[in-house]
Parts: sequence; structure tokens; C-alpha cells
Amino acid sequence: MTPRLRLWLVVTGGAGLAVLLVAACLRLPDFGGDRHPYGDRAVVASLARHTANTVASVNFDQRAFDTLGEMTILFAAVLGCMVLLRQTRDEHRARPEPEAVALPVRRYALLVLPVALLSGLYVVAHGQVSPGGGFQGGVVAATALHLLYLGADYRALERVRPVAPYEVGDALAASAYLVTGLAALIGGSAFLANTLLPYGTFNTLSSAGTVPLLNAAIGMEVACAVVVLLAGFLDQAVEIEDEGESGDRLDDPEEPGK
Amino acid sequence: MAEAVIVVALLLVAASATVAVAVRDPVRQSLVLAVLGVVLAVLFTVLQAPDVGLSQLAVGSALTPLLLLLTVRKVKRRGRRRKESES
Repeated sequence: MTPRLRLWLVVTGGAGLAVLLVAACLRLPDFGGDRHPYGDRAVVASLARHTANTVASVNFDQRAFDTLGEMTILFAAVLGCMVLLRQTRDEHRARPEPEAVALPVRRYALLVLPVALLSGLYVVAHGQVSPGGGFQGGVVAATALHLLYLGADYRALERVRPVAPYEVGDALAASAYLVTGLAALIGGSAFLANTLLPYGTFNTLSSAGTVPLLNAAIGMEVACAVVVLLAGFLDQAVEIEDEGESGDRLDDPEEPGK
Repeated sequence: MAEAVIVVALLLVAASATVAVAVRDPVRQSLVLAVLGVVLAVLFTVLQAPDVGLSQLAVGSALTPLLLLLTVRKVKRRGRRRKESES
């Protein structure tokens, strides 16, 4: 592809997107008004399935297929990062030396770690009844683990966070989402339709049919994906060293598709 | 009253976003980015989107700055090694 053609492609695509966006924005309901055509329908549908958090109902029931797409994007992005951040032949691992941690930092990190981890799990578990859900809680739980790096050192983190199980967990959670969708299909309705389980009592943990299941799958997927992603970045920042000048090659951005 | 809070939140977002662009050092930039994440989370909550606010808080103010800091550390380390081998 010549640069000229590429420029044309970008300009045409960008112009088309801009026109579509402006056209869509012109017909949006007014900001802060009391007419919410989409919101009203979404709330009615989520109440019919005993889901207290309408956003969770939209994410894991009414638009569950979109969430499958988003999950796949995250999965593919992390996979791509892992391929880019892998240890190449001209790099070697150096054991990082344990460093002294200031006492207040250590105390604070070790105190906050369980609280943050629990908050993350709480947010995942209560996705169907209160704001939050698998995505938010998963990120919180995964980043909470890394307080161990602040409070102790890299080796302590590596001990509680062997990367391989998290990679498996990531793939398992992604498949769990798919399998739940397929189960609805086998059960005689549409892919990812919320018809499998009883809807339960409104505003309790066991409500909303398959929403908690899909929510938990997303929570596990996101938590594992973030752990794996941060492990890749940490490995590169702390452990992996390239040998002298051989790293130069990496500075030239290779153009994809050439 | 609610509108005043929205305006304040919007102004804070504009201010911190401008600072994030104006600061040139990547390390400081990532810290400003974390502040921007918190302010954006406040804005989303004020606009009655607590779910988005939570994601913004988790990703924008914790995960993204962390990834940036780790990247900066890696790049700086490589630069230091190269200087050592040149001298």
C-alpha cells in the first residue's frame, strides 16, 4: 500500500465517520431532558427479568452478544501484548535484587491489599444488584494483587501470581461465557438469551437468571487478563534485559503489513 | 444545584486534561492522568453513570498510569545501559 493510498483511505474513512457522528448527534434527545426512549425500554426489560441494576441487564442480558465482542477484544489485545512482550532470543532474565521498602509504604500496602481485593470481589459479585460488575471488579481485584509489589518485593508477587494459571483462567472464563450462551441455544432459545435459569427474587444475589453467571465469567476473564498483562509489563520493566546494543533493532518501529 | 456540580466537574476535567497535555515528562504525565481519571469518574457519577465511573476509576486512574510507568521504566533502563556501553 503506497503512502498516498493510505492517506486517502484515512481521509475518506475519517470524513465518513465524522459525517455519521454529526448526523447521529443532531438527533440525540436533549441533554438533561426527561425523554429517554431507550432508557425506558431498557428499564422495563430489566425489571421483567428481576435485574435491579439496569446496566448489568443491558450488558449481560439485552446486549450480551456485544459484551461477548468486548471480551474478545480484551482477550485479543492481551494476547497481542503477550506476543510483543515475550522474551526474545537476544534478551535474558536477570533476577531483580530485593530492595528495602519504607516501613509506612509496606504497612499501608499490606493493610490495603486485602481490603482492595475484597472490594473487587464484592463489586463482581454484586454486579446484578448495584453499580459495577465483572469488568470493574475484575480490574480492581487484579490491580489489588500488585500492591504486594509495593509492600514486599517482586519475588513475593511472583510467588502468589504464577502467570500460567492466570493464562488458563483467562481462556477458561472466556469459554465459560461462550458455553453459557450455547447452553441457552441448546435449551431451545437464542444464543445468550436469558432463559436458562429462574429469575429469582428481585434485588438479591440470586436474581436475574444467567446475568450473575455471565458477570462472573467476565469478572474472571478481566481479572486474569489484567494480571497477565501487568505480568508482561512487569517482566519487561524489572526482569528482562537486552544484551548491550542488540536492543537497537527494537527502536525502529516495524511497519505492519509490509 | 445539580447543574453547578456538573459544571464544576466539567471544568476540573478540562483543567486536568490540559495539564496532562502540557506536562512533557511522561512520569509526571502518568500521575496527572491518574488525577484526570479520578476527576472523570466524579463527572460520570454526577451524570448518573456510576458503572462507567467505576470502570474509569479502575482503568483510568490505576491501570493506565501503572502501565505507562512500567513502560517508562523499561525505556529509561535501556537508555541507561546504552550510555554505559558507549562510555
